[in-house]
Amino acid sequence: MTLQRFYLTYSQEKIKEPIVYHVGHKFRVVTNIRGASISEHVGIMALELEGEQDEIDRAVRWIAEQGVTVEPIEKNVIE
Amino acid sequence: MSFVKGLKCRECGEAYELKPYHVCEYCFGPLEVEYDYDKISAAVDRKTIEARPPNLWRYRELLPVESEPRIGLYSGFTPLLKADRLAEVLGVSELYVKDDSVNHPTFSYKDRVVSVALTKAVEFGFETVACASTGNLANSVSAHAARAGLRCFIFIPDNLEQGKVVGSAIYNPVPVAISGNYDDVNRLCTEIADKYGWAFANINLRPFYTEGAKTYGFEVAEQLGWKLPQHIVVPTAGGTILPKVAKSFEELQRVGLVEQSGFKIYSAQAAGCAPVVNALHRGTDLIEPVKPHTIAKSIAIGNPADGYYVLGAVRDSGGWGESASDEEIVEAIKLLARTEGVFTEPAGGTTVAVTKKLIEQGRIPRDESIVISITGNGYKTLEAVRDSVPVTHDIAARLDEFDRLYERLEAGKTAGGDQASTIASPATGS
Repeated sequence: MTLQRFYLTYSQEKIKEPIVYHVGHKFRVVTNIRGASISEHVGIMALELEGEQDEIDRAVRWIAEQGVTVEPIEKNVIE
Repeated sequence: MSFVKGLKCRECGEAYELKPYHVCEYCFGPLEVEYDYDKISAAVDRKTIEARPPNLWRYRELLPVESEPRIGLYSGFTPLLKADRLAEVLGVSELYVKDDSVNHPTFSYKDRVVSVALTKAVEFGFETVACASTGNLANSVSAHAARAGLRCFIFIPDNLEQGKVVGSAIYNPVPVAISGNYDDVNRLCTEIADKYGWAFANINLRPFYTEGAKTYGFEVAEQLGWKLPQHIVVPTAGGTILPKVAKSFEELQRVGLVEQSGFKIYSAQAAGCAPVVNALHRGTDLIEPVKPHTIAKSIAIGNPADGYYVLGAVRDSGGWGESASDEEIVEAIKLLARTEGVFTEPAGGTTVAVTKKLIEQGRIPRDESIVISITGNGYKTLEAVRDSVPVTHDIAARLDEFDRLYERLEAGKTAGGDQASTIASPATGS
């Protein structure tokens, strides 16, 4: 089992969608929201996922396919 | 003697011991080094610092190191130029350029942050250091690792131009080019950092790495005669340097090395990658990531790790932020070069262009002291300006040819025309 931390950014049109709920139902991962904030333009969330690495990878790919930006909790590390 | 109390979460305040931790286990907030400022006040004064070698370690009590540093002994203490010719063009009375384009050994401010990060890496017992970078950071980690005798891995996207790799590869790191889009590369690097337990300069050593940026601000104050500037303009990429320059000014006041005085700090970004400036202008704390599209590659970070803290530092100081188009950036690089003899990369051009804009907007008064932060060297990014520098005047190796050219140049000057374009020969290109 692996624990990974992600930083999700929702654009305005995605803010109302229950993405984390679906992740918990579609994939064998435990979702744990550790921080979130929202404005009229953007929503951000610190999310922990626990599960097998393959399952976490699949969940992350699915979240990205929904139009939500998924980054490590450190955000952009390429400087 | 150590002046460090430990690490503390910048969000929830949870305390951590001094280890290579970077994220709060509770709220995932970034960790920050905590100092015992009373002890520091008692231990240092201006004379002690002034007597030390001209490198970034002269402020060591305010840096998170415990050992005698053996990295970065030639880094820092770069020139603070009194920029009178540029001041005249911008219509201001007191202007300075803090010039890290000549920082040792890899010609950018990254030599400061990397010096501190790798010193901590050695203290913590790491034998391998690493970073994810497309340029200045990789150059600096590679060079410092070579001098310290540390094994070094450099992670880069696989579509990076070969020329950019050479500046790091020459120091003999292990360069790893990763295929996939930028987000994939970004994510993989943090996974490698987690799994292999190496010292990633800007990931697990980030709390220490960012502290190195304070030395830029310490030097500005010391070089101004232990005074803070009234205004300082700083480029924003990952958001490391701006909040740390603000912190450096606050610390100098707190430990009594400078008098209490107000300063305003301003963020400069390229218009093609301005997530922090956009948030400043919108009046929000939430930074909307962008896909970068600018020639200012060294500051093209679409979702800056410390962007939120840039907003805080700018707002707390009463400063502001602006962005500059690629055309404005190129013009500003040329302006700085022809007025002050400093050749900076597009990040520096951005800072000069934004300073000009802020002065024209009336946000920076014309009669107060202003510092422009130059953080990188133009010789690394010749492609950014190659097509916009003056063309050559081509002649055969005969004196009469030069005589005729000179007459035309003089005539052009009398007519008030631009010399190069007045008698332009065809561009020599490349």
